[in-house]
Amino acid sequence: MHSDRAPMGLKVAAGLGLAFMHLPILLIFVYAFTTEDKSYQWPPPGFTLKWFAVTWGRTDVWEAMSLSLKVASISTVIALFLGTLCAAAVSRTKFFGREAISLLVILPIALPGIITGISLRSAFNLAEIPFSFWTIVLGHATFCVVVVYNNAVARFRRVSGSLVEASMDLGANSFQTFRYVILPNISTALLAGGMLAFALSFDEVIVTTFTAGQQQTLPIWMLEELVRPRERPVTNVVAMVVVIVTFLPILGAYYLTRGTDTVAGQGK
Amino acid sequence: MSSHTNAAVSLSDLLWRRPNLLLLILILPPALWLGIIYLGSLFALLAQSFFSIDEFSGVIQYELTFKTYGELFRPANFDIIVRTVVMAGAVTIGAAVVGFPVAYYAARYARGKWKAIFYLGVMMPLWSSYLVKVYSWKLILAKEGILNWLFETLHLGWLLNAYLAIPIIGGNSLSVSSTGTFLVFLYVWIPFMILPIQASLERVPHTMLEASGDLGARPYQTFLHVLLPLALPGVIAGSIFTFSLTLGDYIIPQIVGSSRRFIGQAVYAYQGTAGNIPLAAAFAVVPIVLMAFYLWIAKRKGAFDAL
Amino acid sequence: MNSAIRFSGVSRHYGAVKAVDDVNLDIAEGEFFAMLGPSGSGKTTSLRLIAGFERPTAGEIHIYGEEAQSIPPYKRPVNTVFQDYALFPHLNVRDNVAYGLMVAGVGKKQRAKSADETLEMVALGAYGGRKPSELSGGQRQRVALARALVNKPKALLLDEPLGALDLKLREQMQEELKSLQRSLGITFIFVTHDQSEALSMADRVAVFNNGRIVQIGTPEDIYYRPQQPFVADFVGSSNVLPPEFVAKLTGKTAHGSLRPEAVHLSETGHAAQIKSVSFLGTATRVSMTIQGVAMTMLVPKGAVIPKAGDTATVSWADDDLHLMAVQ
Repeated sequence: MHSDRAPMGLKVAAGLGLAFMHLPILLIFVYAFTTEDKSYQWPPPGFTLKWFAVTWGRTDVWEAMSLSLKVASISTVIALFLGTLCAAAVSRTKFFGREAISLLVILPIALPGIITGISLRSAFNLAEIPFSFWTIVLGHATFCVVVVYNNAVARFRRVSGSLVEASMDLGANSFQTFRYVILPNISTALLAGGMLAFALSFDEVIVTTFTAGQQQTLPIWMLEELVRPRERPVTNVVAMVVVIVTFLPILGAYYLTRGTDTVAGQGK
Repeated sequence: MSSHTNAAVSLSDLLWRRPNLLLLILILPPALWLGIIYLGSLFALLAQSFFSIDEFSGVIQYELTFKTYGELFRPANFDIIVRTVVMAGAVTIGAAVVGFPVAYYAARYARGKWKAIFYLGVMMPLWSSYLVKVYSWKLILAKEGILNWLFETLHLGWLLNAYLAIPIIGGNSLSVSSTGTFLVFLYVWIPFMILPIQASLERVPHTMLEASGDLGARPYQTFLHVLLPLALPGVIAGSIFTFSLTLGDYIIPQIVGSSRRFIGQAVYAYQGTAGNIPLAAAFAVVPIVLMAFYLWIAKRKGAFDAL
Repeated sequence: MNSAIRFSGVSRHYGAVKAVDDVNLDIAEGEFFAMLGPSGSGKTTSLRLIAGFERPTAGEIHIYGEEAQSIPPYKRPVNTVFQDYALFPHLNVRDNVAYGLMVAGVGKKQRAKSADETLEMVALGAYGGRKPSELSGGQRQRVALARALVNKPKALLLDEPLGALDLKLREQMQEELKSLQRSLGITFIFVTHDQSEALSMADRVAVFNNGRIVQIGTPEDIYYRPQQPFVADFVGSSNVLPPEFVAKLTGKTAHGSLRPEAVHLSETGHAAQIKSVSFLGTATRVSMTIQGVAMTMLVPKGAVIPKAGDTATVSWADDDLHLMAVQ
């Protein structure tokens, strides 16, 4: 393509920009090992592994983590179901209201989280539904749909429509066609969408604050710690763990859809 | 053949004869879910903004009125709106300035493994935990943290203190100043700015740049007259994200910032213990209206093709 | 001879658009039948109506005597070779070919055997284990062919089968398809916009325009005795002469169709202004005007070639000027 090389100034600016985006998180990794527990002193006075053991022993961390995992799992399943159905409908034929549906799916993530959160909260209040595990799931599933939808729609568009016709031409009815032709061709996109939805749900805090009762998901736990720190290094350890845990599905989703024209995660 | 299979075939036949039935089955669950749960809640909220609260008793009056919207124009409240909009604008400009070189390099010069590195390099922060990102800056900006230490070691501590003495953007320490809030917003939203810019730059066919050179333009002229205008829709698309996300955020100003409130915090405060749902709803409508207006302008400039 | 496919007053309307408009068709068993026409003429929609991907808004379709318009595609005894081949990317070649047998419940060993045999028939016997992405365009087309034929359909439908191939490959495939059809004896129905393809392969051709069939006949019929200016113009390059001009020549008011190869330089005849001369390899095409009417003449190798700008005398045999009624 270009025979010229990038000007040095550009390289430096790009490199600095990239560094700006990554250094802060790496800093947390360093703080997870510090011996100082009353402040965020830099440079760290010493290094230790003891905070990992302390975190291991904190039951509130485990409870928050397991709640987050449960919510993320169920929300992802619901989002996969709804998102795939929606993507299948939208990519098949033009129908009245198609644009409206595309917009509707995007809204929960396009509008600021606080609006989604407060809307759901007042709706639950109005309907006198008590806040519980299921209200959290309701909120999460709603904004996770779009993540699955984006990945599924992109893949449906790539799967040529004539494949379905070819399958039926060769004698397969709708169910056989879905099982033998459609599903194998969209499975990696669904997997990628599911992984991203999981990561999104695991990390979400704004909508969750409004739709949870007394429960604490891991992000809510962390928010508490940010406002009223108990043991700072424990927060650092948890933060480090969260980064690593969400790193894996993102990487996985990337490898699953790499080499296609829409790589997973672009449409957040 | 088992009767189970026969039922499947009969259902297939029915769906083939009536393709609209299949469409209905596909679209109904998501449409119902989103329509009832999401749209329903949204309208409930908007409706609340047209009610008002009796100031003495704290009871919500269920009569339609514009009084609550009128409250938004009280100096204290209006300040909040102005402050948030100014911050959103600043963050947007900052993100465009810092993010453009990254996007530009990634789109036009990154090859092979560097392309993947840049791609993941933007994706990973995008999808990493929001709270962890905010938290990391609390560490960085703390009085005893790394940024202060850096200034001290370089014997530039006086510069930092002078800066912090400036009103409005300064404060007791970086972590309770508007500058701090700005930095955190910038950090958290910058991937949202980079991706659309990169996408729109990648769409520029390099033959167009070659044609520009062929017609006698020097590299900086090609950049100014060809590349930049074509990248503009991407910048606008990115700005939609940075603007909108800043308008509604209530966590970042709370954790890193002065005690002066932003729209998101106002919404949170009023719907909480204050119980002033109508005012909270009215505040919440402000970003919606602002964004609708912004989106309308952006659409006219062709930014939606870059999304 | 039995009727393989019969259309009785078949229409397919999309609102105001009449993709297929009152078409009647009778394709005999064992025929190699071509549906020819420009884009949007209704030929592809007609093929899809036979396959079952579209349902007629009016009329009846009979496949081997049975009413078929309300039968879904997976129950019809016809198979299709798609324009983009539509090979399943997640299956290898053998599994692609065996797909129809698999959904019909045929056992694994049996269907692998049938698939390999059919692949032999299209000269791809050793390719069973490959993936479609590893094959060339011509090879993919043969796999698509094998996949359709392994199910022993009563009729094979081909949608612009040779469109994506280069010239040499196309000519080779034309030969192979024709000999395949002869050896198998089943009805082949194919859709094309390439008139030379239709003329060289088909037993009979149906010419489509604007959703209707304007002429059905053997290739010679279509070529030498077009019934409408449209057919004359679309099938082979022909000089379509306006009625006023034809009246001057013959006294009858009708459109005229005159093949360029029928026109030659001669001692007596009509005065022609030579506009341009193009060398085509096998012959030379000469563009000229006679009394203001634009015409072309095909000069074979060895004959005298006039120069652009000259005036020449040309003529043709009376029989070669085919008259078509003014509609």
